Amino acid sequence: MSDDKVVKVALVGNPNTGKTSLFNQLTGLKQKVGNYPGITVEKKLGLCKLSNTIKAEVTDLPGTYSINPTSLDETLVLDTLLNEEKESFPDVIVVVVEIENIKRNLLLFTQIKDLKIPTILVINMIDQMKRKGITIDVKQLEEKLNTKIVLASARKKTGIEELKFAILDYKKLDINPISKITDRIDKDYFSRLKNAFPEFPLYKSWLLITQNNEFDFLNDTQKQIVSKFREDLGCIKRYQHKETIFRYQIINEVLKDSFNVDKTKASDLRGILDRVLTHKIFGYVIFALILLFIFQGIFDWATYPMDLIDGAFASLSSWVKTVLPPGTFTNLIAEGIVPGIGGIVIFIPQIAILFTFISILEETGYMSRVVFLMDKIMRKFGMSGKSVIPLISGTACSIPAIMASRNISNWKERLITILVIPFTTCSARLPVYAILIALIIPDKRVLGILNLQGLTMMALYLLGFTAAILSAVLLNSTLKIKGKSLFVIEMPNYKIPSIKNIFYEVVEKTKAFILGAGKIILAISIVLWFLASNGPTKFKNAEDFVTSKQENKNLSEIMLQKKVASYKLEHSYIGYMGKSIEPVIKPMGYDWKIGIALISSFAAREVFVGALATIYNVDSDSENPGTIKQRMAAEVNPDTGKKRFDFPTGVSLLLFYAFAMQCVGTLAIVKRETNSWKWPILQLVGMGLLAYISAIIAFNIFS
Amino acid sequence: MFKTIANLQIGEKAFIEKLCLDNIPLKLLEMGCLPGIEVQLIQKAPMQDPLYIKVNGSHLAIRRETAEKITIVK
Repeated sequence: MSDDKVVKVALVGNPNTGKTSLFNQLTGLKQKVGNYPGITVEKKLGLCKLSNTIKAEVTDLPGTYSINPTSLDETLVLDTLLNEEKESFPDVIVVVVEIENIKRNLLLFTQIKDLKIPTILVINMIDQMKRKGITIDVKQLEEKLNTKIVLASARKKTGIEELKFAILDYKKLDINPISKITDRIDKDYFSRLKNAFPEFPLYKSWLLITQNNEFDFLNDTQKQIVSKFREDLGCIKRYQHKETIFRYQIINEVLKDSFNVDKTKASDLRGILDRVLTHKIFGYVIFALILLFIFQGIFDWATYPMDLIDGAFASLSSWVKTVLPPGTFTNLIAEGIVPGIGGIVIFIPQIAILFTFISILEETGYMSRVVFLMDKIMRKFGMSGKSVIPLISGTACSIPAIMASRNISNWKERLITILVIPFTTCSARLPVYAILIALIIPDKRVLGILNLQGLTMMALYLLGFTAAILSAVLLNSTLKIKGKSLFVIEMPNYKIPSIKNIFYEVVEKTKAFILGAGKIILAISIVLWFLASNGPTKFKNAEDFVTSKQENKNLSEIMLQKKVASYKLEHSYIGYMGKSIEPVIKPMGYDWKIGIALISSFAAREVFVGALATIYNVDSDSENPGTIKQRMAAEVNPDTGKKRFDFPTGVSLLLFYAFAMQCVGTLAIVKRETNSWKWPILQLVGMGLLAYISAIIAFNIFS
Repeated sequence: MFKTIANLQIGEKAFIEKLCLDNIPLKLLEMGCLPGIEVQLIQKAPMQDPLYIKVNGSHLAIRRETAEKITIVK
């Protein structure tokens, strides 16, 4: 196998051209997602067998309209195609265009063709041709564009084999540019540029000087020449505009004879759908209904698999104890690792459901209509229409949501979006909410159909969104950042979503979350278990101390065991930690056991439930662990004799978890995305204070 | 006063005359918004902003402030 030859293929294209469908068809399940070094943009790689001895390593680069980037994702395309020293530099580029938008899609192709790298053009969605009345002369087009063309339909799986053959033959491709566009702009200027960098293709040199970023692969002399050319910014800007105009002239010339659309065949489905979906009343009503439907899915449908998972891990825990010989190792598995993994697995249903909905909305083209509808409203809060998708994604997990804000090109709008996303109710809060609501809100129906517990959950979501919006307003009026608006979005045609694409998207997102957040949760579960089952002298002598006490002399064996376990937990390392913060958290109505859970959930909120599970597991009759919920309900506050999780404490905890910034993963990603510690620290302190103060107020009002 | 894309009625067509190059992002040109090209206003979002236009075969949404910088002729 190691003797196999590998051809490196880069897949490039505009968004909405079916590039990802093609990638999925080429590589199937042989995909992996990694990160580009230094930045967190996801790198999608896949293997594809071309012949018995030759394989292709296909990279799916982020969708872009032009080689001139306007966002972080797009910068990556430029970087990959310019840096020959990098491992990811392709042997051959496959540019994907969509038949209906071929004119605009070809702009990127003509730019890439000028880089003198072998390039194949794939015209996708040819199954639409007949219906749309489109005819195309491939031979003529190939000649004029000086390339190999493959007609394909990634959804109908046609043209895939042909593309593989074309990739195999890449060495035969003509790498000459289509026409000397630079001569038409300014011959003298570009011959000077050519002489300055004789080692590069001319268009590459042009790209080097038109971008703002530093290119690491240049040596010091080359860098000096670049900055010399960059001094005349007005000239560069003028020539870039000219370049675009000339490119479109060439494209129009090329398409004039070889591409034809019979306009009488065009249907107006788009027009009809647009009129309804972007209507000033119906548009919002439909959007609200879709959101309601999504939340219904997360709360209602997901509870069934989640209850099953919760129950299954509880039984697994007891089962481990009956099968393995008693001892430290068994306890580590049954009380540390198994509940820890259970705490991760329980998120899968909700995350999968949410990402299924989001990817359906994106695939159909509906998301762009939402951006269009919401832009003006969101701008009142200092954000952009494009902030809506990250804010919705935030209900699954802040980490991908913050990364999804990258396509907001205005820095202030993007920063505000990033800062307020952690207020949206992420799925890590759900298990905390779910268990607290089940403990303090009766399972009753109001007005016949509405479930009181469900309504409380809804209210908490609204609280999160309200907090996000209000803090955005506050940030908008305090942050003094000026930025140019580059808001231009494509309104793609409506499409029936591809099940395959949605499946891959959901699997990828869920996997990334489970592996990313999962490691933290598991590690903390084990550390917690250790801290709870070890301690200084008093812990070690617990048995002697408890049995020797006068009042315990007449107790039964079982009761005595319980007393010992409880005494042990109190004097374990974690018991001391919880006790030391008790004075600070007492005003919110919490004791040292809740304190332990609070400390542990500063790494990730969901650990709250896992931590309590571990604490009460150690604390309870270990023959019969039961579910976490049962154990929490049975817990009594020794000071008052009432239930530990009564209404005031419950509300106070709910508010604390709604507002506090308790996610190390999010803080890390905000630091990376904003390139500064200032913003994550602002989030940590600001949200923490809000949480602390509102929890104290709520506790005092209700008790 | 010059007429701009922002002055179009829904469904109305016109030709792009000039783009105020200093304020227009290159991206807009790259997406097909060029002088001499026909532009049609398809829809206005609630509160008259952004504007949904069809230009050069592309369907785009741009903000009113950008549309006001693109002058048109009939």
